[in-house]
Amino acid sequence: MQYLSIMADFTVFLEKLNHVFIEKDRYKQMLIGLLNTFKITAGALVVGVIIGVIIAAVRTSYDKNKESMALNKGFGYYALSIINSFCKFYLTIIRGTPVVVQLMICYFIIFANARDGIPVAIFAFGINSGAYVAEIFRAGIMSIDNGQFEAGRSLGFNYLQTMKSIIIPQMFKAVLPTLCNEFIALLKETSVAGYVGVVDITKAGNTIAGRTYNYFIPLLTVALIYLIMVMILTKLVGRLERRLRKSDR
Amino acid sequence: MKKSFKILAVVLALVLVGTVFAACGKKTEKEPESKSNTETALKTVTNGKLTMATESTFPPYEYMEGKDIVGIDVEIAQLIAKKLGLELVVVDTEFKSIIPGVQSGKYDMGMAGMTVDADRLKDADFSSSYAKGVQVVIVKDGGAVNSIDDIKGKKIGVQEATTGDIYASDDFGEDAVIRYENGAVAIEALKSGKVDCVIIDKEPAKSFVAANEGLKILDTSYADEDYAICFKKGNTELKTAVDKALVELINEGEVKKIIDKYIPA
Repeated sequence: MQYLSIMADFTVFLEKLNHVFIEKDRYKQMLIGLLNTFKITAGALVVGVIIGVIIAAVRTSYDKNKESMALNKGFGYYALSIINSFCKFYLTIIRGTPVVVQLMICYFIIFANARDGIPVAIFAFGINSGAYVAEIFRAGIMSIDNGQFEAGRSLGFNYLQTMKSIIIPQMFKAVLPTLCNEFIALLKETSVAGYVGVVDITKAGNTIAGRTYNYFIPLLTVALIYLIMVMILTKLVGRLERRLRKSDR
Repeated sequence: MKKSFKILAVVLALVLVGTVFAACGKKTEKEPESKSNTETALKTVTNGKLTMATESTFPPYEYMEGKDIVGIDVEIAQLIAKKLGLELVVVDTEFKSIIPGVQSGKYDMGMAGMTVDADRLKDADFSSSYAKGVQVVIVKDGGAVNSIDDIKGKKIGVQEATTGDIYASDDFGEDAVIRYENGAVAIEALKSGKVDCVIIDKEPAKSFVAANEGLKILDTSYADEDYAICFKKGNTELKTAVDKALVELINEGEVKKIIDKYIPA
């Protein structure tokens, strides 16, 4: 009896699945959503890393060189301090406000004339992620022992060469887990893109739920898709970490 | 790699089993409910109270005044509750969450300028209609859309999961429709040119157009519809009681009085 009722419930479940995903080709919306989530995350990742590298470079150069540069107070000193304060300002604003609010400001105020929400979302999530990536890179660079710098400089490398050949490769290995964390957070943060009319995977699930009045299946499906994406991402980063560790021996 | 596939398989299996059990759970829950039918007092979510879910950005049917939700729906619900000897509790939620909330037993009924349609009837029961709704098209002065025929191929803004959303998606395709959290956001998108028109109910449309310069409502309406109260599917006892009270109110002219108060002819 119990077995039969489970079978009957399973048929009901299949019918619901059909209603939620197959009727009116609703699964296509999920595919579009998945593609858009990919686009936004990948785009924001690139923008974020570029911004992060630039800002981390400015901030650490300033912190490491301000004493020596302050001695002769040339043009470089003033230029660097101005850019440094600008970077600090950017970090304060971006880290001090929620990403949804930033996204809505980008969509409705800064790019009020933009028709397509996706580039706006890439921009908004990119500059948001950039702030966090910048701090991750800065922490990485600062964590490398000063002796490494001194060794580089005494070998005749200048500041940039030391950075490029000695500090950055070590730093990259150290920050990889934290960086992976940030990428995972970014992927999940894009779920608020629906606020600006972009169909991402969450929005697609929500729309289907709204049309079929069935929240159970779409929400669990959306959760499962995020979970799979994060698992794949973690796997890839883990593999990269292992490959980088080879040079330790 | 193989290990992660195994984990994935286990997770998928768990979700499937969970779903089946949840479906079982629902069935067993229903039985004691039908037994309580023998009781004389109306069974509601909270004893002695009639909990109504609505979405408060839909003037003049429901909107915030200070910290209270007021409007046509709220006043009608108040009279219904009085007739049933219950105290009315109004809960503000997102429009798309009303039917799922009623279904899952969070609220007794949903009243939010809600139209009866085939899709919704699958998941909810509806009372008699108490008001006529009209879907209209809001456009920008001098914009790309000047009649209903112009809409094809343009971007349409809607409030997610409203009938405007459902009709527009069916008529013009999913790609043409951009869904926003509420009507006000859709209007903001229209103003900044992200969509070419907004399809929304007539009465809130009037308020939006009055509040924003450079917008107008197209003369031809997009669709006509009937507003009704929604109940949990199968909750006939409450539905019948509310329906009876509602029909009485309509016959006594009370409903018309309330509508006329909010919508001057």
